[in-house]
Amino acid sequence: MELTFQHFNYVAELMAKEAAIVLAAGKEYLVESRLKPLATKGGYETVGEFITAAGRVRDNGSHQLRKQIIEALTINETSWFRDREPFAALTNVIIPTLLQNELHRPIRIWSAASSSGQEPYSIAMQLDKALPPEQEYEILASDISVEMVERTRRATYNQLEINRGLPVGDLVEYFERIGSDWHVVDRIKRRVTAEQINLAHPLPLMQPFDVVFLRNVLIYFAPETKRQVLARIMKVLRPGGWLQLGAAETTVGIESNFERVPVGRTAIYRAPSIDLLPVKEVKAC
Amino acid sequence: MLGIVIDDSRAMRRILRKFLEELGFDVLEAGHGREALEVLDGADAVPELALIDWNMPEMNGLEFVVEVRKRPEWRNITLVMVTTESEHSQIVKALASGAHEYVIKPFTKDGMLDKLALLGLVPVGVLS
Repeated sequence: MELTFQHFNYVAELMAKEAAIVLAAGKEYLVESRLKPLATKGGYETVGEFITAAGRVRDNGSHQLRKQIIEALTINETSWFRDREPFAALTNVIIPTLLQNELHRPIRIWSAASSSGQEPYSIAMQLDKALPPEQEYEILASDISVEMVERTRRATYNQLEINRGLPVGDLVEYFERIGSDWHVVDRIKRRVTAEQINLAHPLPLMQPFDVVFLRNVLIYFAPETKRQVLARIMKVLRPGGWLQLGAAETTVGIESNFERVPVGRTAIYRAPSIDLLPVKEVKAC
Repeated sequence: MLGIVIDDSRAMRRILRKFLEELGFDVLEAGHGREALEVLDGADAVPELALIDWNMPEMNGLEFVVEVRKRPEWRNITLVMVTTESEHSQIVKALASGAHEYVIKPFTKDGMLDKLALLGLVPVGVLS
């Protein structure tokens, strides 16, 4: 059974309902390629059969299959220090601005679609280098996929993953090799807490954040969901806190109170506050 | 841009040559470190990039890196080890000898692209 229009429609509706992700027509190849390994593993001859089984709501096992579909279609390819500029903006603008006044508390950062953990650990490595030793920091990593959250908690990466954009100096400094894999060293790993969070649903109770990385997430959401997600993020950001979006994303076109602050070839977004500290930028060496 | 691929495996040289050519590099080749030094001495221009295997006959990649570092006229060559040597201590040794970056085999095209972007040798965001 090949992937029919009905199969694709079913998956598109499932993704819209459960993850608020829009799968437009033309994304059939994505569904096919992401679900093929699951279908094979489950003993189904085709992706179509796998989707049909997932759609049998009276079948006890089908809930698990639907969960697998959602996880498979929400995984993004990721690499260390992806796009580089957001990390430069973090240490050249956000941190210097935050540290203009002495902070008697940890800096809190949320990596809101952290996939397998490369982003939150990249942030931790960047902060380890940039912050004075007495300045504490903590990072929340979240993803819709339980499997990705588990992977982030394990903090273990294979060689192919390690090759993806990780400067060798950081590999040597922040990883230890165990067998053929690489583990994030404990002093970095302990900075990151990973939780399963669906951004399309109301957020759990959280301490406020200084910075939220929400990169390459909004592109998958319909405009109304984008608005809701940004409104929720605004609520968990400290006044004057910062939002980092993906290179192809903006808050333009969505009612939003964020101020756009250009940095290099990119831009970061700042939540309003009655007493905003002036933006302080330091040039990278 | 000019690059040199130094590897005793002809198949690997072919793969890396094709990869660099797709990025717009002209490519020199050598089968071991000593041959690479000869190729560099005879070349019209100094390459911007060298992709260097570690284990090779005659002169290994690490010895080659040390030799390049002795020659001021080659100081602008970016030296990238591309090797199966993946022990932490080996990587530290390569960096201490003067290598700029390190790619562990097996690697993907995207992984290699990421490294070259990191080194400023291809623009960030070049698609494979």
